[in-house]
Amino acid sequence: MTKTTKTISSCVFALVVAAAIVCVGQFSSPSSMLRTVLQMGAVYALIAVSMNLLNGFTGLFSLGQAGFMTLGAYAYAIFTIPVDARDGVYYLTGVADWLKNFSLPIPVALILAGLVGALCAYLVGIPVLRLKGDYFAIATLGFAEIVRIVMASTPLNRVTNGSMGLTKIPGFKSYYGIFIVAAICIALMVLMLNSTYGRSFKAIRDDEIAAEAMGINLAHHKQLAFVISSFFASIGGALMAMYLNAVSATTFTVAVTYYILLIVVIGGMGSVTGSVLSAFLVIAAKEWWLRPLDQEQFIGGFKIPLLRSGFRMVIFSVILMLVVLFFRRGIMGDHELSWDGIYGFFKKTLPSLFHRKNKTQDPEKEGGANG
Amino acid sequence: MAEHVLKIQDVTMQFGGVVAVDNLSLEVNRGEIVSLIGPNGAGKTTAFNAITGVYEPTNGAIFFHDKMIVSNHPQGKMKKLYKGENNGKYPKVIRKTPDKITRLGMARTFQNIRLFKSMTVFDNVLIAKHLRRTSNIFTATFRLNYKEEKKMREETMELLRILDLLDVKDEIASSLPYGKQRHLEIARALATNPELLLLDEPAAGMNPQETDELTAFIRRVRDEFHLTVFLIEHHMNLVMDISDRIYVIDFGKLIASGKPQEIQNNPEVIKAYLGVADDE
Amino acid sequence: MSAILQNCLNGLSIGSIYALIAIGYTMVYGILRLINFAHGDIFMMAGYFMIICMTDCLIPWYISIVLVIAATVLLGVLTEKIAYKPLREAPRMSIMISAIGVSYLLQNLATYLFSALPKAYPSIDFLNKTIKIGNISTSLVTFITPILTVLIVVFLVFLINKTKVGMAMRAVSRDFETSQLMGIKINNVISITFVIGCALAAIGSILYFTPRPSVTPLSGSLPGLKCFVAAVFGGIGSIPGALVGGFLIGVSETFIKAGAYSEFSDAVTFVILIIVLLFKPTGLFGEKTTEKV
Repeated sequence: MTKTTKTISSCVFALVVAAAIVCVGQFSSPSSMLRTVLQMGAVYALIAVSMNLLNGFTGLFSLGQAGFMTLGAYAYAIFTIPVDARDGVYYLTGVADWLKNFSLPIPVALILAGLVGALCAYLVGIPVLRLKGDYFAIATLGFAEIVRIVMASTPLNRVTNGSMGLTKIPGFKSYYGIFIVAAICIALMVLMLNSTYGRSFKAIRDDEIAAEAMGINLAHHKQLAFVISSFFASIGGALMAMYLNAVSATTFTVAVTYYILLIVVIGGMGSVTGSVLSAFLVIAAKEWWLRPLDQEQFIGGFKIPLLRSGFRMVIFSVILMLVVLFFRRGIMGDHELSWDGIYGFFKKTLPSLFHRKNKTQDPEKEGGANG
Repeated sequence: MAEHVLKIQDVTMQFGGVVAVDNLSLEVNRGEIVSLIGPNGAGKTTAFNAITGVYEPTNGAIFFHDKMIVSNHPQGKMKKLYKGENNGKYPKVIRKTPDKITRLGMARTFQNIRLFKSMTVFDNVLIAKHLRRTSNIFTATFRLNYKEEKKMREETMELLRILDLLDVKDEIASSLPYGKQRHLEIARALATNPELLLLDEPAAGMNPQETDELTAFIRRVRDEFHLTVFLIEHHMNLVMDISDRIYVIDFGKLIASGKPQEIQNNPEVIKAYLGVADDE
Repeated sequence: MSAILQNCLNGLSIGSIYALIAIGYTMVYGILRLINFAHGDIFMMAGYFMIICMTDCLIPWYISIVLVIAATVLLGVLTEKIAYKPLREAPRMSIMISAIGVSYLLQNLATYLFSALPKAYPSIDFLNKTIKIGNISTSLVTFITPILTVLIVVFLVFLINKTKVGMAMRAVSRDFETSQLMGIKINNVISITFVIGCALAAIGSILYFTPRPSVTPLSGSLPGLKCFVAAVFGGIGSIPGALVGGFLIGVSETFIKAGAYSEFSDAVTFVILIIVLLFKPTGLFGEKTTEKV
């Protein structure tokens, strides 16, 4: 395939996706499952890519994603809840004085949410990034728990509303807002990953010692990856708060980090397109395709056993386990979805189909070769 | 007197109670190929790691072009444990991480090949070119550094061409045959534009024919890039063939140094390699 | 004064439960280099097994305890055979992710089988008896927990240092492949590790839930994390380390809970963890590891 055909096909593909989203936006009812899945998928895709940036591309196994999402979600919520709705939200303790009449436009608040996460990542990263492997994972996990506890604590009641959490968080008026933000963020990450810095990150993942011997400053690059990943995870958290209209300390538990990690693994560690595909697939499976398993179903007069509330999640986690066990490299491995890849895939699989046809057409030739 | 590129002074490396390198001093002069040999476990690689900043020496100093780049004296627990000499001679503490040392103009290869396994040959070399980049994360993300990037890519292609790796440039590094991987590691080190090249057992695991090729390769690289080479090696043919001077260490201590013929006939060296009967 | 003593006793008691579970983490990590994220959920399942035995089947407590330990061990060994064994040759990250998957599965399974609502934990009258020592009054379970734990740890240290099985375990934890070449059946050793770890988790679960009212599918996740912290704290891979780590976390937690900042008790645990890791990157009794260049 030449470069121009590739570019054209990519443009066509992007247009088709955009058109599909627009069609869903225009013609489906606001409560339709497809809309939900697409929106949630976009948010999870963003967060999964941000986690992949750290775990898959830089080789830093972090389990602190939920902590940064919490920070982003709270930062966004605190500054955007409409001023006249604040008394209702903080009805128990009242709102802090400096916050009373202060609110920010949505885009500014989103960037601010990202910056809050990035700043925290910078400060936490100074000590924590010195730890190796598993210990880094545990320390970041611990950090996420600390964030959750601090956000729900009484001294912050007048800012974060303590354990009650925040509600009435405004979102974009348009259905497309979340998609645009997620797409911009993912595009920025892809650009970064394909730049010289992205290459340095991959070098660190492949061999830390060799990377350092080739003049890559480990401390600086790890810090950079950690801050960037946290920046986008925080924006993801803010989008999630926007989508849910509410946030509390129990919104982003360790289980959320695990869930996102599983999305990343299913997509393939070190593949952006894999993470995006997997986010949409996993969300669709969990929220939509497996839904019927949660209701009691009858065929004729016969009740299908096992089906009742909760069964969906059991099957869902079994599927995740099967992928982890038997398709360890995920959908994409560490490759990206590319036209060459698709072309190669069909080139490999199609001839085997043709070949079988040929076999049935002239058996003599085949036999002759063997004899 | 010849101008020295690397000078090691009284370097001692002690891990707990084990002295791996004991009061080692040596010099490498401009344009030379110098070998460091010794039986297994003599402390050769440890000495290399101390030079390149992977380890911090317990005591001693290292100079690069007369500039002190590493200096240390026993500290903390080591104060009591220290068994070496020259304690207190180097009051200054200078330590540098490996990337800073590479930046000064010293590049190395590793005993057990350490390539960026999942990347192509081209990318492996390109990464070493990053050393001199001026872009920051923003200019790199938005491709404002495209001129620099283009130059880096051209230089990489040129280097691959000179080193006969152009035909495999798009292969994944780990899929190359063993000998080629060794060549690639040297190419990657060269991409940092070093003055001094440190090779840690470049011929390990090679057959005689590959070793001969490597000998020619190292010579060619030295001449073409005007390098100084300091290497650790076990293949005596290669060492005797290529070296201008040889240092021999055993149990961390320097036991001999000199030209290849001198080393070959030195009784100390023969004793270290072959051992000697007890009651003679 | 008596308040301090009371807190010490409570702290030691909860700390020894943490230690029991932490040993499970530590032993598995020592041998497989795996953070068994599912261990906390196995501890939670043990809680439900007790409810099934005593509340649903009306089995007396002394038989129930044996049954619960057996069922938990079975669950743990099954987990190992199904989720970890196939990944023995895989990169370490994969097996860790598999553990996370198992944790997710067990939580969802518990929600499906027992619903997300809290289920009342049966009370064992014998263990809940109040006893008085000086002017401290406490339930029997609080009192016997530390003693039982110390006995178990002494027994385990003996097992590992003096018996043939223990020697095999130490060999496997040093070098997987070499010990295989020396004729050690590593699969058996790993199974034994899981048997011991899960039995301790079951005992810990009984001691933990007895003074508490109920079990939920998420009851295992926070204690699991804390016990893991205890294991890291003491130096992962070291059994006495797990004991010390468990005690430290239990006591500090109890004192903070008694003070003015009770809501931060868990946060303090994690802050201590990060600080300890910074100064002793492999925990208090852990061995230093260096990568060969």
